[in-house]
Amino acid sequence: MNALKAWILRYQLASLVLLTVLLAVVLPLALDIFRLNLVGKYLTYAFVAIGLVMVWGYGGVLSLGQGVFFGLGGYAMAMFLKLEASDPISTKIQSTPGIPDFMDWNQITELPSFWIPFKSLPFALAAVIVVPTLLAWIISFAMFKRRVGGVYFAIITQAVALILTVLIIGQQGYTGGVNGMTDLKTLWGWDTRTDSAKYILYYVCVALLIGSIILCRWIQTGKVGTLLLAMRDKEDRVRFSGYDVANFKVFTFCLAAALSGIGGAMFSLQVGFMSPSFVGIVPSIEMVIYAAVGGRMSLVGAVYGTLLVNAGKTYFSESFPELWLFLMAGLFIGVTMAFPMGLAGLWESHVVPWWKGRREALRQASEQGRPSAARLPVDTSTAAAASPAPAATLPDGVSRQGV
Amino acid sequence: MSNTDFALAIEDLTVSFDGFKAIDDLTLYIDKNELRVIIGPNGAGKTTLLDLICGKTRATGGSIKFKNEELTRMAEHKRVRLGIGRKFQTPSIYENLSVFQNLEVSYPAGRSVLGALAFKCTDEVKARVQVVAEDIGLGDKLDTEAGLLSHGQKQWLEIGMLLMQEPELLMLDEPIAGMSARERELTAELLQRICKNRAVIVIEHDMEFVKRIAHKVTVMHQGKILAEGPMEKVQADPKVIDVYLGH
Repeated sequence: MNALKAWILRYQLASLVLLTVLLAVVLPLALDIFRLNLVGKYLTYAFVAIGLVMVWGYGGVLSLGQGVFFGLGGYAMAMFLKLEASDPISTKIQSTPGIPDFMDWNQITELPSFWIPFKSLPFALAAVIVVPTLLAWIISFAMFKRRVGGVYFAIITQAVALILTVLIIGQQGYTGGVNGMTDLKTLWGWDTRTDSAKYILYYVCVALLIGSIILCRWIQTGKVGTLLLAMRDKEDRVRFSGYDVANFKVFTFCLAAALSGIGGAMFSLQVGFMSPSFVGIVPSIEMVIYAAVGGRMSLVGAVYGTLLVNAGKTYFSESFPELWLFLMAGLFIGVTMAFPMGLAGLWESHVVPWWKGRREALRQASEQGRPSAARLPVDTSTAAAASPAPAATLPDGVSRQGV
Repeated sequence: MSNTDFALAIEDLTVSFDGFKAIDDLTLYIDKNELRVIIGPNGAGKTTLLDLICGKTRATGGSIKFKNEELTRMAEHKRVRLGIGRKFQTPSIYENLSVFQNLEVSYPAGRSVLGALAFKCTDEVKARVQVVAEDIGLGDKLDTEAGLLSHGQKQWLEIGMLLMQEPELLMLDEPIAGMSARERELTAELLQRICKNRAVIVIEHDMEFVKRIAHKVTVMHQGKILAEGPMEKVQADPKVIDVYLGH
């Protein structure tokens, strides 16, 4: 029993179960399909956010270019969907039927060779993970082996985000340009725009997200997680304990990229299009905000952060169209100034001690109250209120931060 | 030249920073099972010498051979895997991790990414952590966050982290800096215990402490070796008195 409890505590299953119930039961029951689809879209960003928890929170390496990997995963999926949507019959009014409409508009008369493998779904699905991971490997291997880190790494990732955006927009015949890839309709003949398909895709997205959190949690609790924290603290000590520090950073960065790629693919499937506006610098920084608001040491917190910031974005932009950007900025600045560890840090440092103190006070009150209850029943409530709550325990540093 | 009998053979080692030779044509041999103390005035190149051996700084010329393997072109983590452990001047421990985790991370298994993913904290690892923790006097502090330890305990913890790797060459940079008299005594005992079956190089300024632990003393001055030998001989050397010990 105690072993089970320790196991649950170690993997923080309680918070994970709570999140699963919220995502898989409460939200689908409470929201109509339009809103639920919107939540599904937000959840695709949560893949990036949990990747950032690994890279930034645990690895101590801030990447401002995670949109690149989200975009690559999204484009890989969108290329398959676009090819399926561009069958010769539905594109017969084009001068070259059977190729995506934007190619036709750009006087391209033949499917480019790098598009051809994307006719195969298995290839596209593999590319969703492999392409972002490969690019992440190239960037991080080149940087970390040369011991580039910190601000320089952040700037380089940002440059990559900019380069990829410029490339996508500039090569509009091959990529759909600034409009991106639109009118994605079916997946192997299955119409992804119907309500039932949206429900199914939402649940697939939730399942993948929960699976990703479990994977990351497993890594965090193992030796790699300990090493990442150790490296963030004293990189030289880790190096002179016989570890090739760069390899661990490369691994984490690639993991985050792969997760972001999956998120991007789910985005293309659920939203039905992919465009450069999810690749560049601004979305990449927004994704960092999600992790910061949720708590960069907490996987579950990052998901809540993503949902909250996006819900705020939607609400503000619907209710105060002129003000919403300022309100978003206020939310971000407020949260990072007041709670540097984000919502999860707030939970650990305030809610948990408060709850423990309350329970302790109640227990003391019932112990004190019982003998005197017969004589002075009124006193029990005042005793509960008067008995001082035990001093709030300090947050136990990083080891407890990963709610 | 090969020196099979020595644990560490440094020959004609030179490192220059923009023309300034921090280590100048230095030759030094350390025996197996030897505890060597390096002393010298500030800026003599003592810490730089340790940096060169462990790979933190690259040599400009010369050779460093450990167990007859040339180190000068080898990556840092590979030198560690070969059996070289180095303690830094300021205690370099992972403040956010527990004492147990600090020692566990230093256990020489699962050093590649895949190895670390598959690494399990077996009873063998736990037993080893316990043994080392007892040795450095932190046996009852395994669950304490390392940042909460006293300065002396942090120094011991870092020595313990090195002992986890069972290095054949142990290098300690000012291990008793900032320690109380009692802690110094305990550290001296610890050093005498751990110098069995391995070579140890210690950099230290405290002459009483040096006298107590050293098998042999090397005096460095301006990147060169000024004198070498037993403590009494070195202390009587007029050159050493001139530049370092004072009259």
